[in-house]
Amino acid sequence: MAVKLSYREYFKEEALPLMWCAGCGNGILLRAITDALADLEIPPHQVVVSTGIGCWGKADDYMKTHGFHGSHGRALAFGTGIKLGNPDLHVLALMGDGDALAIGGNHFIHAARRNIDITAIISNNFTYGMTGGQYSPTTPLSYKTTTSPVGVAEPAFDVCGLAEECGANYVARSTVYHVTQLKRFIAAAIQKKGFTVVEAINTCPTHFGRRNIPGDSVEMMEYVKNLSVPKSRYEKMDEEEKAKHLVTGELVNKDRPDFLSVYREINSVESESGRGEGK
Amino acid sequence: MTKTGEDKDVTIHIDEALCKRCGFCIEYCNKKVYEADKDGMPLVKNPEECTNCRLCELRCPDFAIRVEVVNNE
Ligand SMILES: Cc1ncc(C[n+]2csc(CCOP(=O)(O)OP(=O)(O)O)c2C)c(N)n1
Ligand code: SF4
Ligand code: SF4
Ligand code: SF4
Ligand SMILES: [Mg+2]
Repeated sequence: MAVKLSYREYFKEEALPLMWCAGCGNGILLRAITDALADLEIPPHQVVVSTGIGCWGKADDYMKTHGFHGSHGRALAFGTGIKLGNPDLHVLALMGDGDALAIGGNHFIHAARRNIDITAIISNNFTYGMTGGQYSPTTPLSYKTTTSPVGVAEPAFDVCGLAEECGANYVARSTVYHVTQLKRFIAAAIQKKGFTVVEAINTCPTHFGRRNIPGDSVEMMEYVKNLSVPKSRYEKMDEEEKAKHLVTGELVNKDRPDFLSVYREINSVESESGRGEGK
Repeated sequence: MTKTGEDKDVTIHIDEALCKRCGFCIEYCNKKVYEADKDGMPLVKNPEECTNCRLCELRCPDFAIRVEVVNNE
């Protein structure tokens, strides 16, 4: 009988304890990713995690796969290079909401448009955790942060909606509370060719929680849990209710040809030689 | 130190050095297997109630819980 792989094949146990705060969901997301890789039985040496900078950007420190710890906002740019350099590798870009959507917003848009075969796993904790809790493009309207002490005056990005509009092949949203669903979506995204996005709604009790959610880590987790509603329930809500929630589930699942397939077709050997002979 | 709570089917290990006392395991175990000590550290109070769903292990942000099925065969 085949022995099931363990997340420990991908997780660097000797690096424990994790650097993250008590009640930070990053560890839960890390477990979901390493569990998904184990379920898929992808050898660790065929996986590269590309990270930017931020609390979530430290995740590569705890993984036994290959890792490329790049600069803030550029995980997808480095990931694109890695994928084109060796298309056999599975590339996971691990990014925070600031990383993926503020400084890295343009990379995100174009990775989706190009449909490069990379899986983006975004920890959305609604803030810049690492730098002390500034507002990010996903901070909900009117929520307090260090840079919006009386409430942020900008509406938040719908991360999944943006990915869908820009052309991603697979887009799903889950949370660090819904751990089995989260793992399932990550596994589906890794298996799918083209640009795939899993947004994990995450806890940051230290900054986002402290300023917006009275209570402890459990209250922060309750917020994440109650914010998220499955499609079936979300669709029955009126606009006002919808604005207060985030829809979870597999939101896009399609098979647009990925960048490399299209590129190879257009630059095929035949067309190269054909061009040569014609002259 | 690792604390264990044992029952005929499962053993729950909690690594006290890794636990950051977030309280998720205590709050979200449907079977109320855990109770907090005065510092918020989870105690395995009712291991006989554990259904081995392993959600506590998956939701522990600090890899401090290991739910192990004891193989009696
Ligand atoms: C080019 C550059 N600009 C700014 C920073 C400062 N910086 C580091 S992390 C970060 C934001 C982190 O927020 P997010 O990506 O949401 O990750 P989190 O810490 O919340 O997981 C910023 C602005 C930097 N390191 N590099
Ligand atoms: S600051 Fe927030 S995101 Fe960063 S480790 Fe702490 S809880 Fe996690
Ligand atoms: S979930 Fe983990 S870190 Fe949190 S209290 Fe339980 S054992 Fe400790
Ligand atoms: S495995 Fe399930 S039932 Fe057992 S202690 Fe953990 S959450 Fe509770
Ligand atoms: Mg963030």
